[in-house]
Amino acid sequence: VLKLLLSKSEKNAGFADSPSVSAISIVFNLLLCTHPFKKCELHRLDQGPPTQALLTREQGLKYYRTMQTMRRMELKADQLYKQKIIRGFCHLYDGQEACAVGIEAGINPSDHLITAYRAHGYTYTRGVSVKEILAELTGRRGGVAKGKGGSMHMYAKHFYGGNGIVGAQVPLGAGLALACQYKGNNEVCVTLYGDGAANQGQIFESFNMAALWKLPCIFICENNKYGMGTSVERASASTDYFKRGDFIPGLKVDGMDVLTVREATKFAADYCRSGKGPILMELETYRYHGHSMSDPGVSYRTREEIQEVRSKSDPISMLKDRMISNNMASLEEIKEIDVEIRKEIEEAAQFLCNHIFYNEPPMEVRGTNPWSKLKSIS
Amino acid sequence: MSSLFSSLKMMTKGAMRCVLITNHLKFFETIGNFQLLQVTVRDALNQAMDEELERDERVFLLGEEVAQYDGAYKVSRGLWKKYGDKRIIDTPISEMGFAGIAVGAAMAGLRPICEFMTFNFSMQAIDQVINSAAKTCYMSAGLQAVPIVFRGPNGASAGVAAQHSQCFAAWYGHCPGLKVVSPWNSEDARGLLKSAIRDDNPVVVLENELMYGVAFEVSEQGLSKDFTIPIGKAKVERPGNHVTLVSHSRMVGHCLDAAAVLAKEGIECEVINLRTIRPLDVETIEASVVKTNHLITVEGGWPQFGVGAEICARIMEGPAFNYLDAPVIRVTGVDIPMPYAKILEDNSTPQIKDIIFSVKKTLNM
Repeated sequence: VLKLLLSKSEKNAGFADSPSVSAISIVFNLLLCTHPFKKCELHRLDQGPPTQALLTREQGLKYYRTMQTMRRMELKADQLYKQKIIRGFCHLYDGQEACAVGIEAGINPSDHLITAYRAHGYTYTRGVSVKEILAELTGRRGGVAKGKGGSMHMYAKHFYGGNGIVGAQVPLGAGLALACQYKGNNEVCVTLYGDGAANQGQIFESFNMAALWKLPCIFICENNKYGMGTSVERASASTDYFKRGDFIPGLKVDGMDVLTVREATKFAADYCRSGKGPILMELETYRYHGHSMSDPGVSYRTREEIQEVRSKSDPISMLKDRMISNNMASLEEIKEIDVEIRKEIEEAAQFLCNHIFYNEPPMEVRGTNPWSKLKSIS
Repeated sequence: MSSLFSSLKMMTKGAMRCVLITNHLKFFETIGNFQLLQVTVRDALNQAMDEELERDERVFLLGEEVAQYDGAYKVSRGLWKKYGDKRIIDTPISEMGFAGIAVGAAMAGLRPICEFMTFNFSMQAIDQVINSAAKTCYMSAGLQAVPIVFRGPNGASAGVAAQHSQCFAAWYGHCPGLKVVSPWNSEDARGLLKSAIRDDNPVVVLENELMYGVAFEVSEQGLSKDFTIPIGKAKVERPGNHVTLVSHSRMVGHCLDAAAVLAKEGIECEVINLRTIRPLDVETIEASVVKTNHLITVEGGWPQFGVGAEICARIMEGPAFNYLDAPVIRVTGVDIPMPYAKILEDNSTPQIKDIIFSVKKTLNM
């Protein structure tokens, strides 16, 4: 019956946004995910997160939009770096979008999050606008840290950066969790680190204290298979990062599927909120770019490998396909969203000509030659 | 309670009264009499922390042995019994880990006091102090404050040898974003620690283990719950006309002792207690140099790139340079890792005779 109803459902753009939808319409717009999740490997846990999830059209479009915005923003940063408008370090997140979006979907805005230097995606999901991020990357006063932080030092409410020293953010995250416990506010702290940082001693010190004091800390290892140019096999005696917490329960999650990440994060957050102490999640993911903009990313891995992930496991494509094949959105709609986002990012990256006038609509400005037409936004 | 009692002596002018003082009873004033209390530096630090813990529930103390052991040097004696596990936290031996945890807690709005058993061990955690705490306000353009205090004994002790005797005033004083204070006596200890805890910035409090047991007179004002000493202001401990001695921490006592000896020969030394290493109060030193025309810096740490070196540079860069009748002299610890044997150790740190010798040298006597 559900399949029949779904096959008859039509997309109604405005309808989905309306708060007062009738019971039957809810059915039209809901989808019980028919794709089985990759089952999470568990460590010291009797049961893991659910293997199915409910995705509404609204949620799907939101996740799609967020991931696509992040993707285009990172590609824009790539361009700006090559034009030397962004300087210093620039670590791009494209390929890993499902992690940031899934995690944000699994926690509350009042929860806390801290990560390492590959932070542009999280800065966005934690509420900073693309404009402020790109302005910060290009060292402008309008940047989220007024140009004084740069790529690795962007902050927002309940988002503690952006940290340049590998692994240093993990004790900080445990400290944020300590503060949550101290204040008794039922909040948790998501503390992210990479497969490279996983071998830092201070992380094990944090595991010990977090477990000892039952801190509400979700440790998340984003395993993108390479710590800079060193593959996980060459860096770690044990590549089961979700087990490295030893006495801390762990789970391994497919980080390319936004729904799996969301459900796993919800599971982890519930675990922490119930006072059981910290939990460790390993997200298997992949980055398309090299470690940073100064790394082409092909000396330690093959182009074929990158291409394979792009074609088979790209998080944005996977979500798009899932939504289209389940009639939650049409291809045209998705394309429209793509075009919109591209435009948004382009506008956010316009700096040269802005603020000629106060509070005026956008206008065209002549560049250095008759063919160069620039745009000015107030 | 009894330990505090045993370390207090009431001194009243003329009155034959003894009042029982504990951490918990109020100080009762005898009408008409000016009263001073003998308080050890240890108790001053203890009282300061006690009062600040009581005043603001966001304040808490963490470190090795601070709770059930009453503190490795008993500075936090009685606090765990009074405030419990939530406010006084024993940590495992994980400096980098617990310093980072303290910084994270500060970022989330708490006001931690992170104790290093000695500052030598802070080297394990120095990345968290500098990169995570000191630089964050700047990197976030003021969005993220880190109201944390790092405290513990600094510098030479007695017979603890090279790995446990280093002075970190120069290292921490080097970094923008950090405030660094170095108390000498009990009043300094109380006032500076309270200021540090109330400050919204990361503050490093360099105490001295050899000073913990030394008692000083503290005025009634100095014992009040809201007594604070401003960070960044030096104090002239002893006025004089002939030569300026600038020092911090334990060496201030040595300077005052040297000054007492020299006074008998008619040489009046002005002794300045820096109190704060960063920001350095150059103005007070300059005003003194304008008066005395001779400057000697005295510190326990090594000479190269040290506190004295910085003072020399600043004086040279400023107006007081023209008032110098002789080059600035630095009296410092010997430029070697600290030896163990007593006679070697004694000769590795400035002694009173070294200060006297330097004064006479600069005055051409």
